[in-house]
Amino acid sequence: MHPEETDMIRYPRRTVLRAGAAFAGATALGFPAIVRAQAEKIRIGHLTPLTGFLGVIGSYAQLGVKLAAEEINASGGIMGRQIDLLSEDSINPATAATKAQRMLEQDGAVVLLGEISSASSLTIMQVAERNKKVFFSTGARSDALRGKSCNKYSFHCDIPNTVMVNAVGTALSQKGMVKGRKFFTLTADYIFGHDLLKAAKVFFGAHDANLIGDELIATDVTDFSPYLLKVRQAKPDVVCCNLAGNQVTNLVKQYAEFGFPYPLVGFNLNTGDAWAAGAGNLSGTWPTVWYHTLDNPMSRAFVAAFSKKYGKPPENHAWIDYVTLKLLAEAINTAKSTDSGELIAYFEKQAQFDIGKARKAYFRAWDHQLVQEAYPFTVKPKEQMKDQWDMLVLGDAVPAANDPLETIYPTKEQNPCEMKA
Amino acid sequence: MQFEFLLEQVVNGLVLGGYYLLIALGLSLIFSVGGIVNLAHGAFYALGAYLCVELTSRLGFGASVVISPLAVALLGILFERFILRRFYAADPILSLLVTFGVAMVAEQAIRMIWGAAPVSTEIPQSFRGSVIVGDFLFSRYRLLILGVVAAILLGVWLLLHKTSFGRVVRAGIQRPDMVAALGIRLQPYMTAIVMLGVGLAALGGAFFAPITTVHPAMGAEIMTIAFVVVVIGGLGSFWGVIIAALLVGVVRGIAIHFEPAAGEASIYILMFVVLLVRPRGLLGERIEKFE
Repeated sequence: MHPEETDMIRYPRRTVLRAGAAFAGATALGFPAIVRAQAEKIRIGHLTPLTGFLGVIGSYAQLGVKLAAEEINASGGIMGRQIDLLSEDSINPATAATKAQRMLEQDGAVVLLGEISSASSLTIMQVAERNKKVFFSTGARSDALRGKSCNKYSFHCDIPNTVMVNAVGTALSQKGMVKGRKFFTLTADYIFGHDLLKAAKVFFGAHDANLIGDELIATDVTDFSPYLLKVRQAKPDVVCCNLAGNQVTNLVKQYAEFGFPYPLVGFNLNTGDAWAAGAGNLSGTWPTVWYHTLDNPMSRAFVAAFSKKYGKPPENHAWIDYVTLKLLAEAINTAKSTDSGELIAYFEKQAQFDIGKARKAYFRAWDHQLVQEAYPFTVKPKEQMKDQWDMLVLGDAVPAANDPLETIYPTKEQNPCEMKA
Repeated sequence: MQFEFLLEQVVNGLVLGGYYLLIALGLSLIFSVGGIVNLAHGAFYALGAYLCVELTSRLGFGASVVISPLAVALLGILFERFILRRFYAADPILSLLVTFGVAMVAEQAIRMIWGAAPVSTEIPQSFRGSVIVGDFLFSRYRLLILGVVAAILLGVWLLLHKTSFGRVVRAGIQRPDMVAALGIRLQPYMTAIVMLGVGLAALGGAFFAPITTVHPAMGAEIMTIAFVVVVIGGLGSFWGVIIAALLVGVVRGIAIHFEPAAGEASIYILMFVVLLVRPRGLLGERIEKFE
């Protein structure tokens, strides 16, 4: 792309007109300095599902990214310029792509971030590649996005499915719940679920577990009773939930309702879904990427600021969108550029970032995955909970402190990614 | 063994159908008597669930599941008096718009009061777990819901068929002009029907609060299935709605038994087939004012 074209995108006519009108008005009032500051804002596009089965956790993501933008702006912005954050409901994969295109083309966003749905993230990744602009996929977990569908302009912040399976699988193995056991899985019927099931099958295969049944479940299912009957008919040793969003909450509640003897575990859970299920309904072992009780300076500061502003502790999607905007700001400040090419070069040097965990994280150069610790968790007995948010007991971080972080991530051979130059 | 499993799905489908019925019956009654397609019906369902969660922490589940629908029924009076009443004689598109508006306002109001994140409550300990009756497994809690639904159906049937109130309502569905000619005002009856309708929806919400995600958009979620039931059953028919609700539950169960991925699609296929064969719905009556 020629430099002139890039300039056209960065300063669309409407913005110029608006700035012009503001300039005319403000000059009359005698505040030209404000106008200059306004025109120099850095626009960043944020998309996340605010409706549908992922809407609840998406709302947290939006609160997190807004807090990050406020904090960055309060401390002087990026390269001395304020952030102008555009945050919208991505709705579904098609709308997500349309909005992403509009944000880059008409609104003049220099980078995009956000999303939870792997299906929507995939379409935004394609828009990012077409427009040659960086996109940080903050909450999508499908391995395929980092492998088969990877591209040079897309970075992945959340832990991928394989890591979640490894985190929970390792914890279950230690309890003797994997080897020789019969598993029954309930899987979300879209790219994320299919991908998670694939990762689960690899794990079961490697650890001598038997998968005796799997049900693919449409994302709009709210009543699980027919599926639960099928679970009972199969008589498994362990039931495993590969669902997402509200569906996890519904399943957990209805599983508690039927009171089956087979333990329920899951390879995917967000803290928001656990809170929604409520004390007394959730049990079992699950994976998570972050929890607000993690004890380190950055996490503590974030939890305090978030709780003060919103009156409740942050959920893991609030955290991931918050840290992503923070590390992006750090990268732009260090690289002294908002140009996507220069940012990619910076991240591919595997710069380390404090993301509120014991060990620092970095984007792996070959697949752009944010390599970081993960945690298995179990559920606190109800009488030990200090409040409704204090539900989970985090297990030890995986991988163990002396193992390299990448040991729990898929290798190049397992999840090959070829980025076109 | 396969056959037993299938039968188990059928029985479970009947139980689920009973629950759909709580939502669909009120929707059907309000449309039949007032000619209003109440797109805000789901909002009352959501409100029932939220009130139940709110009250459970103070009064316990038993009291909440009674008080919450009653409170929503009272709200129904205001809804009828100040909103619906202006639209009985108007173009149906206007009542569609206004109830859609009410649904959106209600959803946002819930978001403002209780927040966007879901709230939760749990089933009382004594109704947890499942019981095995014969060869079939039932959730104890759903059996309770089924019992309540059966009692309510009996009550509504008696109300519509054995009381003078019911006679006027049924006459009002068919020939409102004749009712008027006899010097009977239908409006107070309509208030009662709206109270009953939204109260039942709220009861459904209250009962489902412990076993589903209680979130602001839950009302919109339930509306699709409620409409499918009403359309399949046919308008103006008490039994039509009942049969349709049970049928939808059973068809879904059977579909999931054989082809799980088709579970949700199966009810729309059912609706499609019914409309193709009987555009008026299974037991839909020919209602002059809608022809």
